[in-house]
Amino acid sequence: MNKSLLDSLNSALLAALTEDERVLLLGEDILDPYGGAFKVTRGCSTAFPERVFTTPISEAGLGGVCAGLALRGMRPVLEIMFGDFTTLLADQLINHISKFRWMYNNSVEVPLVVRAPMGGRRGYGPTHSQTLEKLYLGVPGLTVAAPLNFDLPFSGDCAGGLLKKIILEGNSPVLFVENKLQYLLPMLGAFELKDFDVTVSYGADDTAKRYPYLTLAVKGAPAARLTLTAYGYMAELARQAQLKLAYEDEIFTELVVPTRLAPFDLALVIESTAQSGRLLTIEEGTGTLGWGAEVLARAAERLPGIHAARVAALDLPVPAAPALEKAVLPQVEDIIAAVKKMV
Amino acid sequence: MVDKKQLYHCMYRIRRFEEAVLDEFKRGVFSGTTHTYIGQEANAAGVIGCLQEQDVIVTNHRCHGHFLAYGGGMRALFAELMGKATGVCAGRGGSQHLHYRNLYSNGVQGGIVPIAAGMALAEKRKGSGAVTVVFIGDGTLGQGVVYESMNMASLWSLPLLVVVENNHIAQTTPTTSALAGSIPARFEAFGIRATELDNSDAATIQNAAEKIISEVRSASRPQALILNTVRFAAHSKGDDTRGAVEMDKLKAARDPLKILGARLAAAELDTIHREIDDEVQAAFQTALADPLPTLEETR
Repeated sequence: MNKSLLDSLNSALLAALTEDERVLLLGEDILDPYGGAFKVTRGCSTAFPERVFTTPISEAGLGGVCAGLALRGMRPVLEIMFGDFTTLLADQLINHISKFRWMYNNSVEVPLVVRAPMGGRRGYGPTHSQTLEKLYLGVPGLTVAAPLNFDLPFSGDCAGGLLKKIILEGNSPVLFVENKLQYLLPMLGAFELKDFDVTVSYGADDTAKRYPYLTLAVKGAPAARLTLTAYGYMAELARQAQLKLAYEDEIFTELVVPTRLAPFDLALVIESTAQSGRLLTIEEGTGTLGWGAEVLARAAERLPGIHAARVAALDLPVPAAPALEKAVLPQVEDIIAAVKKMV
Repeated sequence: MVDKKQLYHCMYRIRRFEEAVLDEFKRGVFSGTTHTYIGQEANAAGVIGCLQEQDVIVTNHRCHGHFLAYGGGMRALFAELMGKATGVCAGRGGSQHLHYRNLYSNGVQGGIVPIAAGMALAEKRKGSGAVTVVFIGDGTLGQGVVYESMNMASLWSLPLLVVVENNHIAQTTPTTSALAGSIPARFEAFGIRATELDNSDAATIQNAAEKIISEVRSASRPQALILNTVRFAAHSKGDDTRGAVEMDKLKAARDPLKILGARLAAAELDTIHREIDDEVQAAFQTALADPLPTLEETR
């Protein structure tokens, strides 16, 4: 049985604490035996009681505390219990944390990580189910990353492996966007992905090769007629749609999956779309002014005349009722329907 | 601790710098905005004179006085306000956004307080013995994050000193229209000892600060120092709504330069004045001739 993405993140936190004494974990209810609302920090406080801090319910203050820790040489990792609550530290992220390095003429570094689980499909209702990372994309100085349930020889572990690298090697602030349903996904290796040709590359500016971009095509398929792009949990749904489209409808696609959403390197999407002529973006956040909108705008600037479309959540609060929630959030079937409309 | 000559030197340096800023703003030499420290000089001189090499200062939009009292250079600050490449932050930050050695400033109210708490936690973990001092104003007390920070600073026993410079007016809003309850009680509710002074004598402020800073350092416990003070100039450039009669009365009674200057010999004052007037002139002229930054240099 493969370990889950949750196990991978948990091992990464323990490893980061083990390898560097400057790493501190802060968050609400993260101490054992509870180990955090989603158990990502399980075991950390038992192993490192001096460096794992349970905190008051003070997200804005905690954002600032982590900024101060990072400016004075620590490597704090802050858990926000639900991604919805990142709005409470928006001032810190936008006016403080992301600004310091540049506005101080590169005289400081702010190596901190804010981890936040986003996403719905668990019936938690409008304030505990949102996918809000689009609010933080395009904030200069703030990197936004999303893990992926892949662990391949060329990419490394795209969940915990990525998180560990960011904590230990990074020198700038990162919002690490997890997804609640992603936690239970098994990490997929070369065996589980044997039906796919997977290529791995890195953004031109990512000289440390920290953030893999993956491209998936069904093995042996003819040239793709459409390019899909998605990240995080939606990448997993897009992969399932890709397989069904290939086997049931003989519609072949290429799926580009970034693990870094901001700053965003579009090279792979451009390369794939230049060949396929069609680009479909897939995201769990609301569609208006979202990630997909930016990706499509940039692609259209480079490739005039492409056929472009988006799959996203409806512009509504995420409902609690399961039947309504399913209708508001994008499903595998929505991806398949959108692809069929385009080809 | 520094002697009264040094305190006066520090305060006169701030005063002349800020007066030059206001004068030259009218002539269009600077761009953007500024918030001068005129009238409040005894606070920066008294508190910062007690700090040690490893200590950390976090300050706000009205930060010129803290920067200069900490030993920051006049040329670099003039250049920063002029948007020159030789500025404190090469012109990227401007008046409110400075970083120099262990001094950090930012222009948004409140958010600097948890940052100072985090710095105090980092220094405590490193065992550096450093005290972190954060300067806020009465207006900042309207921000909720200040109270989140006080809670954590007390809970985690952080070596943090919060200095509230209460000039009784936030931009144009008097504290009577913005502040309920008591300022010391705000801190005491979190188990943080608060000391309040109503004084513009730098020597008196220094004596109080010395004792408090040494307690914060040895006990690793946060404290608050509330300094009632008077801002002589406008909030920024010309936006003062207070009456001239009221201001003249305050200036006569609460000018920190007059108060301490009365205890120094005329010859000592002359020497200090000449030295600093020359420094202001030279720094201003040098900054004026300094090069502009380019976007290429920021990449």
